[in-house]
Amino acid sequence: MLRDITLGQYFPGNSVFHRTDPRVKIVLTMLYIVAVFMADSLLSYLIMTAGTILLIAVSRIPLKTVTSGFKTILFIIIFTAVLNIFWTKGENLLFSFGIINVYAEGLIHAGKMVLRLACLLMGTSVLISYTTSPIALTDGLERLLSPLKVIKLPVHEFAMMMTIALRFIPTLIEETDKIMNAQKARGADFTEGNLLQRAKALIPILIPLFVSAFMRAGELATAMECRCYHGGEGRTRMTVLKTKPLDWILLSVFIAYGVGIILL
Amino acid sequence: MKKFIEIKNLNFSYEGDEGERVPVLHDINLDINKGEFVTILGRNGSGKSTLAKVINMILTPDSGELRIDGKNIAAELTDEELMAVRRRVGMVFQNPDNQLVATIVEEDIAFGPENLGIPSAEIRQRVDDALDTVGMKAFARHSPHQLSGGQKQRIAIAGIIAMLPECIIFDESTAMLDPKGRQEVMDTIEKLNREKGITIIAITHNMEEAVRGDRIVVIDGGRIVKQGTPKDVFAKPYELWELGLAVPQVTELFDMLRCLGADLPESVITEEEGAEKLARLLETK
Ligand SMILES: Nc1ncnc2c1ncn2[C@@H]1O[C@H](COP(=O)(O)OP(=O)(O)OP(=O)(O)O)[C@@H](O)[C@H]1O
Ligand SMILES: [Mg+2]
Repeated sequence: MLRDITLGQYFPGNSVFHRTDPRVKIVLTMLYIVAVFMADSLLSYLIMTAGTILLIAVSRIPLKTVTSGFKTILFIIIFTAVLNIFWTKGENLLFSFGIINVYAEGLIHAGKMVLRLACLLMGTSVLISYTTSPIALTDGLERLLSPLKVIKLPVHEFAMMMTIALRFIPTLIEETDKIMNAQKARGADFTEGNLLQRAKALIPILIPLFVSAFMRAGELATAMECRCYHGGEGRTRMTVLKTKPLDWILLSVFIAYGVGIILL
Repeated sequence: MKKFIEIKNLNFSYEGDEGERVPVLHDINLDINKGEFVTILGRNGSGKSTLAKVINMILTPDSGELRIDGKNIAAELTDEELMAVRRRVGMVFQNPDNQLVATIVEEDIAFGPENLGIPSAEIRQRVDDALDTVGMKAFARHSPHQLSGGQKQRIAIAGIIAMLPECIIFDESTAMLDPKGRQEVMDTIEKLNREKGITIIAITHNMEEAVRGDRIVVIDGGRIVKQGTPKDVFAKPYELWELGLAVPQVTELFDMLRCLGADLPESVITEEEGAEKLARLLETK
């Protein structure tokens, strides 16, 4: 469980997408999302689907992992599909019971919708969640958005907050566990009673957790001060992100993909 | 020997709840030489941590002089000068978890040098050297929460040595560790002192650790009440007991033997020494 949260859904590997510069990957994802939303004709849908399948194949993420994400949004997919089937009016009536009429156009529309959602989900999770560690993502975002510092957007501060949050999640989970056990040992019960009672049982966990989190924050701030932290100004980085030829190739491929979908 | 830290008539007070000043450090006078290993002892609340934080200017003294390498830093400092002081005098705290910032060990060690604006290639070099010094090379890409307490504390030390400090203050840095972790960290501290000539100020409640330094400074109620080599300071155990402190177990044992009439004029502070003396004592009987 600890591993799950800090790594997010990161699936370690060595595919092309694992090796892509995180900044480039963020741009690729945006291109991909735009492309998927632009698909309109049947041919463009075919290209969209083919591209997504290729994407998954290249990433070498097991298909089971990729499709497991569906469970969480299954409801939304079914809901939109049903909505489209019953509400779209068209010319070719397939069948009708009472007031419900199902047209061929409705079916096609629903199919397109489901396909689009499925591609969107699988494509973006392969590009971002499965092949990029949260730390690389934060780092990529900070560097990609660093020009926005000019207009006083706290890009560095935001990235620092993310990094510290990621660093402390396992520590705080461990602590929650300890406190829960301590309270259980005193006879607390978190599993029985109605919602209100259970929520009440959480208070003796949350209060010590908050107290300790604030104490940690204070100590961490002092330790950071001792290590000469003074905000993002004048800070250098150990790792320099350099775009490789591979990154530029991928970028061109994605642009071509987007343009293809828009034109066809 | 060259003085590295000179403290003269230094006073410090915290702001109380009603805005009044609560004095914590009174008229501290203390010199610490370059390359020296000084241990600070004192009961809870005696002002040890406060003194440590004043030395690297996390807290500003009310009055008195504080010189680092001859330069008075108790005066008004610019941000750059303040950073320079913190770089030269590093600090390692008690809880290793609350000092590590990054999710990857080597990224964490790079944090200090990055703040100092060191060029990338040099940071890389410093991080590798620091990892080597604390013997954690194999863990460079690990995440801190996979490490033991002693290992985490060594990473925290590496994060400080990557800033190339001349002095490191350890504020009870071994207190939360198991015996093995304690040993690892103490060995690292001794290595830094002996091989790199880094001045060490170690705050501790552990007397077995205190005997490893060159000098012991005892603080009570915000005042320096005793100073000297470990042998001198532990020579009269009851004086330490009165200050709420203990003495090493061997010292206590030999003190009892002396009270029982054994011929042991000198105090004993290490176990090896104790064993030797006991053996000799038994032979002469
Ligand atoms: N932030 C603060 N605000 C007000 N008073 C403080 C603060 N921190 C410490 N003190 C007080 O200053 C005194 C010295 O505290 P300090 O932390 O230096 O003691 P210490 O010798 O390090 O003790 P310990 O062995 O418990 O670490 C104590 O009486 C404490 O209550
Ligand atoms: Mg203290």
